[in-house]
Amino acid sequence: MSLLEVEDLHVTFDTEAGPVEAVRGISFTLDRERLAIVGESGSGKTMTGRSILRLIRPPGRISAKRMTFDGVDLMAAPEADMRAMRGQRIAMVMQDPKYSLNPVMRIGHQLTEGLRLQERMNLRAARTKALEMLEAVQIRDPERVLQAYPHELSGGMGQRVMIAMMLIPEPDLLIADEPTSALDVTVQQEVLNILDALVRERGMGLLFISHDLQLVSRFCDRVLVMYRGRIVEELAAAQMDAARHPYTRGLLNCLPKIGGPRGPLPALDRDAAWAE
Amino acid sequence: MALIEIDRLSVTFQQSGQNVHAVRDVSISVQAQESFGLVGESGSGKSTVLRAICGLAPISGGAIRIEGSELSEPRDKTFVRRVQMVFQDPYASLHPKRTVDATLAEPLAIHGVGDRDSRVVQALEDVGLDPGFRFRFPHQLSGGQRQRIAVARALMLEPDILLLDEPTSALDASVQAEVLNLLSRLREMRGLTYLMVSHDLAVIDHMCDRLAVMKDGQVVEELDHAALAANAAREPYTQALFQAVAHERA
Repeated sequence: MSLLEVEDLHVTFDTEAGPVEAVRGISFTLDRERLAIVGESGSGKTMTGRSILRLIRPPGRISAKRMTFDGVDLMAAPEADMRAMRGQRIAMVMQDPKYSLNPVMRIGHQLTEGLRLQERMNLRAARTKALEMLEAVQIRDPERVLQAYPHELSGGMGQRVMIAMMLIPEPDLLIADEPTSALDVTVQQEVLNILDALVRERGMGLLFISHDLQLVSRFCDRVLVMYRGRIVEELAAAQMDAARHPYTRGLLNCLPKIGGPRGPLPALDRDAAWAE
Repeated sequence: MALIEIDRLSVTFQQSGQNVHAVRDVSISVQAQESFGLVGESGSGKSTVLRAICGLAPISGGAIRIEGSELSEPRDKTFVRRVQMVFQDPYASLHPKRTVDATLAEPLAIHGVGDRDSRVVQALEDVGLDPGFRFRFPHQLSGGQRQRIAVARALMLEPDILLLDEPTSALDASVQAEVLNLLSRLREMRGLTYLMVSHDLAVIDHMCDRLAVMKDGQVVEELDHAALAANAAREPYTQALFQAVAHERA
């Protein structure tokens, strides 16, 4: 049995103009590996990540034939069980640290909040644990960061703080929604190395949501390509060049390359049939 | 003589009593009809250079000259007619309560240009949008369509210099390709001069003839397109940026 099994997942938003399906019947499984979901904005990749945690708010609704995590039926679990699971067993790193950290709370307070409330740890023990995690995500002066407010940190530091926060309860599954797209290229690599180490050393499952095909092809094990709410292609990341679907090929080709030809970049001609 | 001459430019901001030197002694010259790129990571001061040209950042030293004459303080109408800027985030740079028509017609009204109707329709056509978009609001447009409107607005007064601040970094890869193609086509058609900022070395390489690499408010290296393609960068910092992109796009 896989860690996460999703079968025929739909996410529907009821709007005045009728129901809009953001995710239209996707199925996949995830083990203790690095699985990527790639697609452009509006393809439903973020909605897929959020629906695993049942974080879709009305007017959105989720339906699935089956969605289980480590044997637990996520569709039938009562809200109290979901709360206990969120953060503890399945954690999610959001895209932008600027909007996801509490701006008026010191980092140390945010990092230890969960430990003090959930595990009833005393302040000193929680602090030691927080320092450890900040060191694990390679923050050089963790003491200073604990005292800092989010606005006093750079984007890369903020992102690492968020990863540290999600990893404190040692989750089995980490959903990372564009964890590096707000970061500079040189910092990006450091964050990826941290995530990679966690998968290898702790046997964590990682669902990596990104718009960047090149990035996931060198970082992940398997790649699901989403287009308008459907999975159009599944690939082994190392075999990205063997992509067959015209959408995947189009995404790969439309990027400029250093030293490449300077003529017009090939445009992506969307075929209505892809969405069927 | 260079069209844009930036001579030992410094920009200093005051932050809680301390001086932050965002740009330090930067000198760049851009020839007419050239496309010049500025690359660097966030906080390197590349956008601040563009903002200083437009008068949106306080110049604390050095000078900026366009065709040899120093810019007036504040910038006057003739400057605006020659130099226009396209901003990074098309979601933030268009007025949410104004139609495309109002956005595009405003510069014409300010500068007393007649024939507004046909100019707005022509501008839409130039950026590859159907005239049906004319009376839409920004929230009724996709990111790529918005950025096209932002480009159209910048071109309304027929400037010869466009300052492009990360014009595609908020867009999807396929939409980025469309907007870059549009910018290349417009430059060719109208003989525009571009000064373009990006954190993506591959985008700058695709669009620009020459580029400068910035770090900590200073220019660390200037390269031309051929040198970059041959990976002839000397500075370790440029090498690191090149590696990061080449690695990713290998």
